[in-house]
Amino acid sequence: MPELDYRQKAWSAGLIVLFFVAWELFCLMTGMSDLVLPRPSQVFVTLFEKFPILWPHILQTLATTMIGFVLGVGLGVVLGAVIGVSKTAYDTAYPLLVGFSSIPKVAVVPIFVLWFGSGTVPAVLTALSICFFPIVVNIATGLATTEPELEDVLKALGASKLDILWNVGLPRTMPFFFASLKVAISYAFVGAVLSETVASNRGIGNVMMTASSNFNVPLVFAGLFVLAGLGVALYVVFSAIEGRVTGWATRKNDMIAT
Amino acid sequence: MMRMQPYSEFLISPVPASVAPIAIELSEASVTFGRGPRAVPALSTTTLRIADGEFVALVGPSGCGKSTILRLVSGLVQPTSGVVIVGGREVAARALRVGMAFQNPTMLPWMTIERNIMLPLKIVEPFRSQFRKLRKSEFRDKANALLEQVGLKGFGNRYPWQLSGGMLQRANLCRALIHEPRMLLLDEPFGALDQFTREELWSILQDLWIAHKPTVLLVTHDLREAAFLGSRICVMSARPGRILDDSRVTFERPRTVAMTFEPDFVALNQKLRAFIEDARTASKDASAAHGAA
Repeated sequence: MPELDYRQKAWSAGLIVLFFVAWELFCLMTGMSDLVLPRPSQVFVTLFEKFPILWPHILQTLATTMIGFVLGVGLGVVLGAVIGVSKTAYDTAYPLLVGFSSIPKVAVVPIFVLWFGSGTVPAVLTALSICFFPIVVNIATGLATTEPELEDVLKALGASKLDILWNVGLPRTMPFFFASLKVAISYAFVGAVLSETVASNRGIGNVMMTASSNFNVPLVFAGLFVLAGLGVALYVVFSAIEGRVTGWATRKNDMIAT
Repeated sequence: MMRMQPYSEFLISPVPASVAPIAIELSEASVTFGRGPRAVPALSTTTLRIADGEFVALVGPSGCGKSTILRLVSGLVQPTSGVVIVGGREVAARALRVGMAFQNPTMLPWMTIERNIMLPLKIVEPFRSQFRKLRKSEFRDKANALLEQVGLKGFGNRYPWQLSGGMLQRANLCRALIHEPRMLLLDEPFGALDQFTREELWSILQDLWIAHKPTVLLVTHDLREAAFLGSRICVMSARPGRILDDSRVTFERPRTVAMTFEPDFVALNQKLRAFIEDARTASKDASAAHGAA
């Protein structure tokens, strides 16, 4: 049913545009000061004009986010696998992890700054520490809920634990993993920008901080739009990979089309 | 009026000492799940010897521990007491080519049928070390040859959810066979199928057995199935199970579905039926007496 699909997509796109138009009209009609809420058109103009200045900061934020994210995914997968496979690890590590993830990361940034100085390193670490948790939880859940029947198929063949993890546990966990990646990438942005806002002289977070102290509200919003844009872009990338890797888990309409 | 024959005419009981080497041996093996007051006895002390190349059908009332015996032999369950020796080794230290098919087809949903069937080759030596090299050539051909044999030609690149239950069960049989196991453990593999598919698969399985003579241990509810396929039938009592009767079936091979309606065959079926019926009532009486006391 491709025709219906296109129509649906057109509708969604239309509604998104409508959202910005409504925002613009709302500001115009209420005579809202751009110090409070700039119009989207103003934001886009600022974004366009200031783009050469913003560009290095965008790269900085993107880099710290991605480094933090990749490290966080690595850590998350390893921890999740250990917790998902071993009952002892599950019992010890889970309370610790839940405790750690409950700490607001704003409170942790000063410690990172104390240890590593301000700048890139605390941003990477904040991104890492905030984004690895959903990955751990999802990998561990995926592994722990693997149907014993599926494992029995390999066990009866005399497969080792590693064989089972590799051939059943991990593939089965992929849908959980990708779901958590999409959450984690937004978290990584939050962490990186948070750290830049508190302690850095580079990055979008820092730009927004400076702009808001200069009452350059359109620039603050431009920063927000950049972050939102980056977030959406990375989300789309991971969704695309997800579709290719875990298509087996997201069949709904194509079931009849065999 | 149907001609009834005495049981002994087609069943020689007890099983004579076989000359073939022992493939599966349970000595005084029992299984209890859980401990203390919550312990559930699943299998009473059981001794069972199966010679290499035998086709043994295990029948009995449901929940009697038939599957537990299979899981013991495959090493998925450890005996609470006693010893289980498969292929001359204790089950825990086993590196034997065992093919197993469960009642559930348990195909891995992220793999095509072909890759699902090739899974044992990825795990079991000597195929394992050649898997990377041959998975796109020889091994794939092997999988497809098996698929063709069970009537699933051309379905190799489908995903499990694209196949019907009967088709999955056929594929399941292929997966149990692909690594040319010397031993086949089948846990009600045809239980969920319609009559005609089931009978068709009986013949396929029989042909495979005649051709390769693996040791087969088949757990089934279906008495016709047991008598059609088995060269020996073990009848089990109700839970906690033990073996009540162990006899040979001497019908000629290859057996046909038509044969299952002949008087001898029907009589054997009825005899088995009576055995299980007795076992069921006995266990009911026992539990009733237990409840009264």
